[in-house]
Amino acid sequence: MMAGNGNKNGAAVITARDLTMAYGDFVVMRDLNFTVEQRDIFIIMGGSGSGKSTLLRHMIGLEEPAKGEIFYGEENFTRADEGERRRIMRRVGVLFQSGALWSSMTLSENIGLLLEANTHLNPAEIREVASLKLSLVGLKGFEDYYPSEISGGMQKRAGLARAMALDPIVLFFDEPSAGLDPISAHRLDELIVELRDSLGATIIVVTHEVASILAIGTNSIFLDAETRTITARGNPRELLARSDNPKIRAFLTRGQEPMEKQ
Amino acid sequence: MAKPAPIQEAATSGTLSFQESDSTLVLRPSGRWSVESGIPSLSEVDRRLGGIRRIAFDTSSLESWDSSLLTFVTKLVELARAQGVDVDRSGLPSGVRRLIDLAEAVPERKDARRKDIDRPLIEDVGVATIKTVEETRSTLAFLGELVLAFGRFFTFRARYRAADLWLFVQEAGAKALPIVTLISFLSGVILSFVGAVQLRMFGGQIYVADLVAIGMTREMGALMTAVIMAGRTGAAFAAQLGTMKVTQEIDAFKAMGFEPMDFLVLPRVIALTAMMPLLTLYANLVGMLGGALIGIGMLDITPAAYYVETTKAITVTYVLLGLFKSLVYGAIIAFFGCLRGMTCGNSASAVGDATTSAVVSSIVVCVVANGIMAVLSYVLNI
Ligand SMILES: Nc1ncnc2c1ncn2[C@@H]1O[C@H](COP(=O)(O)OP(=O)(O)OP(=O)(O)O)[C@@H](O)[C@H]1O
Ligand SMILES: [Mg+2]
Repeated sequence: MMAGNGNKNGAAVITARDLTMAYGDFVVMRDLNFTVEQRDIFIIMGGSGSGKSTLLRHMIGLEEPAKGEIFYGEENFTRADEGERRRIMRRVGVLFQSGALWSSMTLSENIGLLLEANTHLNPAEIREVASLKLSLVGLKGFEDYYPSEISGGMQKRAGLARAMALDPIVLFFDEPSAGLDPISAHRLDELIVELRDSLGATIIVVTHEVASILAIGTNSIFLDAETRTITARGNPRELLARSDNPKIRAFLTRGQEPMEKQ
Repeated sequence: MAKPAPIQEAATSGTLSFQESDSTLVLRPSGRWSVESGIPSLSEVDRRLGGIRRIAFDTSSLESWDSSLLTFVTKLVELARAQGVDVDRSGLPSGVRRLIDLAEAVPERKDARRKDIDRPLIEDVGVATIKTVEETRSTLAFLGELVLAFGRFFTFRARYRAADLWLFVQEAGAKALPIVTLISFLSGVILSFVGAVQLRMFGGQIYVADLVAIGMTREMGALMTAVIMAGRTGAAFAAQLGTMKVTQEIDAFKAMGFEPMDFLVLPRVIALTAMMPLLTLYANLVGMLGGALIGIGMLDITPAAYYVETTKAITVTYVLLGLFKSLVYGAIIAFFGCLRGMTCGNSASAVGDATTSAVVSSIVVCVVANGIMAVLSYVLNI
């Protein structure tokens, strides 16, 4: 089940070409071009309402681009049919902004459902794997709890365990540390790096936690709601050290270097 | 310097006076400005703007202010900008200046503002028409997807949890029995009373048995069960699925390779459609019992006579007709419950709307379907 395959570092895992996203007539972002490479921890940054979650939804096929395309490796995800998309998504894990655990199932069933549908494990084995995944996020012993019986932060972690159920090679996180206490947030950062190193996974994180962006990000894009494009990109630490874009500087220094008035 | 208005102060309204010198218009708000006494209109200022190049403020006699002054000044700044007039804010209290700076810090996102204020009637009609067409289209699309899902179900390719199906069967079956018992028993009693009053006039009390038997099996059993199930189970389906939409659970299904149609809709539709005829059969029986209670207890019909009359009245055709109707109602209720849930918006109030509209649509469509079937059975002589 090890997902770390022989691909060398630097191969393109996800590519967006001229991606324009809109809700009806309301254009959220236009003509985005970027590449997520193998083993990247790719950060999607931007202010509230700039379209980060929207971009994530496009990348996992929940919204259709108004224009442009998304590629997984060499495969055109936007033009792919249902079956091909499902095959591609089989190796992709997603943690939604609100956790989105299935409320009618226990934590163990939440994870087990994916294993049941995609593997030939028997029920006892499924339960064991589910326990293992839960213990990775510090929720051992909560197998038979329903999502409504645990706290918001715990739901988030359980959502992460579910996202990891099928040993994905690409993992999406929408605001992973929102709602977590500082220690758990820090542990989650470590876990993300650990997942990248141990599974060889490529990780895409939507976040505005500057500490975590600087700690784990290897590449990033900054969505600017005003121009509706990417106004900065690259390793966040280098952006902080070298970028002369006032908006990204203000973002990464949490406004301590305010951008000058327009 | 003027202070923000204390909250409980009585509203003695603030006033606004003007002074023109050269090309400068000085606005002099004075007294207590409060939202309770309204916001002065800009037309006064607008009229005086001819030849003015600068607006300034003198607030020396302003006693207190609140959002009314802020709103007034913001509107004024917009007006001035449109007419190319400078606004000198230095005369304003510093609190007002700071709040207005704050309000202007993030520029308005022009196309984010909703444009549907003050539409002419003709546009309303057009928008409503387009909405109806779109709704019809999405209903048909949902129907199509449901048919495809059934195709997968019958070729054993649909993926759903057997445990879910079992749960919905209980939910739409056994758990509905108490309320179905109550309502159908009372339906039988009511039919019996209505019939008794009329039939007694020409000594035909015994035909109450016929009326109840035929009424229940052909119409009332299925229809009353449908109304109960629409309010009970159809509404629950819409609320469950709508909530799952809001909490992104449905997105999670899609993103993780499950077809929500197979996984969520199919078991619900199958369970309800399959349980409806059983519930109806039961409702028929209970209804006839209710009728018999009145017939035997109050109309002095002997139990044996009532029984014989009932068996004479019921035919297999009537029972089958009733069961067929219940099957149609079941499909309609499950369809609208799931449709409204799956197309629900992203908020708590949208879930409420989805639930209401699931119940209303399914009852309306059930009654319309009943009308069509009544005409058909008349034409076909059933
Ligand atoms: N379903 C929708 N219909 C219409 N507009 C939407 C919808 N969802 C989001 N939007 C709009 O798209 C823009 C981007 O929203 P999005 O949720 O992607 O922001 P975000 O960057 O994730 O913000 P946050 O950091 O607050 O989560 C917002 O202006 C929002 O109003
Ligand atoms: Mg978001």
